[in-house]
Amino acid sequence: MTDLSQPSADTRADRPRWAYLFWIALPLAILGLAIAWLTSADPLASFRNGAPPIENLTFERTILGTDGIRVLVRAGGSEPMTIAQVQVDDAYWQYTQDPPGPITRGATAWISLPYPWVLGEAHTINVVTSTGTTFGHEIAVAVPTPTRDSLSFAAQAVLGAFVGILPVAIGLMFYPALRGVGRNGMDFLLSLTVGLLAFLFVDALQDAFELAGEAAALFQGPTMVVLATAASFLLLMAAGRRSGTPTGLALATFIALGIGLHNLGEGLAIGAAFASGAAGLGTFLVLGFTLHNITEGIGIAAPILKQRPPLRTFAALTLLAGGPAVIGLWIGSLAYAPQWSALALAVGAGAILQVIVELVSMQLRQRADSTRALFAPAAITGLAAGVGFMYLTAMLVKI
Amino acid sequence: MREMKSLLERKLDRRLLLAGGLAAAGGTAVAASGARGQTSQAGHEMPAAAAGEKPPAHLSAHGSMITVGEVDDARNGFDPSKLLSDWDTGTISTLPDGRTLRTFEVTAEDKEIEIAPGIMFPAWTYNGRVPGPSLRATEGERLKIVFRNQGSHPHSMHFHGIHAARMDGIPGAGLIGPGEEFVYEFDARPFGCHLYHCHALPLKRHIHKGMYGAFVIDPDPARRPEYEAVARSRLLGTPENAGWQEFVMVMNAFDTNFDNENEVYAVNTVAHAYAKKPIRVLKDKPVRIYLVNIVEFDPINSFHLHGNFFDYYNQGTTLTPTLKTVDLITQCQAERGILEFHFREHEPGLYMFHPHQSEFTELGWSGMFDVVEAVS
Repeated sequence: MTDLSQPSADTRADRPRWAYLFWIALPLAILGLAIAWLTSADPLASFRNGAPPIENLTFERTILGTDGIRVLVRAGGSEPMTIAQVQVDDAYWQYTQDPPGPITRGATAWISLPYPWVLGEAHTINVVTSTGTTFGHEIAVAVPTPTRDSLSFAAQAVLGAFVGILPVAIGLMFYPALRGVGRNGMDFLLSLTVGLLAFLFVDALQDAFELAGEAAALFQGPTMVVLATAASFLLLMAAGRRSGTPTGLALATFIALGIGLHNLGEGLAIGAAFASGAAGLGTFLVLGFTLHNITEGIGIAAPILKQRPPLRTFAALTLLAGGPAVIGLWIGSLAYAPQWSALALAVGAGAILQVIVELVSMQLRQRADSTRALFAPAAITGLAAGVGFMYLTAMLVKI
Repeated sequence: MREMKSLLERKLDRRLLLAGGLAAAGGTAVAASGARGQTSQAGHEMPAAAAGEKPPAHLSAHGSMITVGEVDDARNGFDPSKLLSDWDTGTISTLPDGRTLRTFEVTAEDKEIEIAPGIMFPAWTYNGRVPGPSLRATEGERLKIVFRNQGSHPHSMHFHGIHAARMDGIPGAGLIGPGEEFVYEFDARPFGCHLYHCHALPLKRHIHKGMYGAFVIDPDPARRPEYEAVARSRLLGTPENAGWQEFVMVMNAFDTNFDNENEVYAVNTVAHAYAKKPIRVLKDKPVRIYLVNIVEFDPINSFHLHGNFFDYYNQGTTLTPTLKTVDLITQCQAERGILEFHFREHEPGLYMFHPHQSEFTELGWSGMFDVVEAVS
């Protein structure tokens, strides 16, 4: 019996497997046939109304150097598009394209122009395609693009330290003073943290959407921002709650991570802005950033007031929250494309949302009369102080 | 050359800045960082010209400020170098009263043309070319222009000349739909350098799409006894006229993205055509240019000759110059005239010409005369 049942069992097992494969292959085969028919028989010919193919060109990077101007363009047309001529400041200029030839949808090419640009002045690049369509790009203020040398790396690291690391460190240095606070003080501090994070969340999302608008259409900027925010929020929630709800040092680490991701996006944007000459760097502006970010340190300190972590933990938290600003500046000034800054800011926004949720749930858990804890005078004051401080200090840095 | 000169000046400026920057670098650290900014500026002095083999003189004159590549004249069906002296004199017959009847045949057709290397423009043309055929007749002749519209829109031929209202080429008087035919008839007068263009509406679109051409009426020496020699030199086919080098230049422009601003400027359509292939001119033979401005959207155009001056006959309707010894004239749309000059006392070389609207020059409208001792 076993001799007979064994093979029959195998055939039963084989048949469904064969059937599974068939039911995977059939839809794919039909898709293939549909594509073949569409491309060979051209049944949609009647839709062709004589209109030229849609063309789209996005400028992703601009490099000003001793050999002139280089721009990285990304094509987003319905068909491969050909750059016929390039104007700089309303003058046809010799250029080379790398790689040469038509640019397929989604592909990029470097356009090099031996143009004698003028320091501190504006220039306009206008790409004329084979159909006569034009795509303009404004260089608001022409300044030499930072090169990959150690000098500018060091300068950017100093700048990053001032806007990212220093304020977090200063904020964390309030730790000993904050340890003595009572229940109201704790409510105030936690709500202050929620408030500043709420500000950062809105700010990061708004910047992300703005940058996403500059990116090539095929990246679907706004959708990408929403999805990246949601994904990073859910991933961090899942990671954070793997071993229960995060409290204490774990929560502080998540806050530092969220702020760090935000600072990465911020660093990318600042680096790109300075690289493209869009912003001049003033002492006042840097101080503004420092002041703006001091509350971030207080926020990180809030959940660990009841603990006594070693000093190196503080150092690690500082680097986690502030260090990415340096990295962002480096990357932003060298390899800038709006979609990557938008992505970094969106991931940061998701991370910030996660810590907001965890902070609020911690506040709720700490009290028996949970919802009241959120609306206690100290908590409301803290929330308002957090948002208000961030908003007012942001006035120093928004241009 | 203006460009050469400004380049030299620029180089000189940079060297001075560089020297200044270096001197400062020896001084204080602050000054040195300032000089760093200047040296980076000093770096980019025409790198394209510096790299590779030395380009020919007529190309280096424009530096890097020129369109890239070549236009396919064969595909366009017209060669800008040949357009310069390609006159359409029609067919001649004699009327019962003994007068000459000159008949031209012109067909309107849609055609995509390459107006600058790689830039295609969906033009409306007369006889498949832009500008349309350069029609040339003699004062007093009877003219018959058989016009057929094989385009996709209504078109006409509106001549700048003296004619009856029903021959005017406006709606209701010679404006015809696709597939139709109309015969314009009038006497060739006054003599001069004129033009024709489509007068269908909207006018702007029909003009800037390419529907225009030169219309030259030579003076009849028999009717101009007081200036017979001048008239004979203007009359195509005479030995006196053969002593001149005559060129027709229609200053035009193209709005390739239809935003009511021109992307490409030129004479005779192709941007930089005569910059890349200079017009060969004999030193000892005088030059006569029939210049017509048909640029749309910009109120004015001009013609400036380097290193030389010319006499100008506004609209060409006189046999004595209306402006003597000038090196620049301006023309509004449909304004035209005749320029006369020579290089007898010049050394051979490249003499640039361009409008003195720098913007037009930089967007394609510039050229050069290559003045030589004799045809090689």
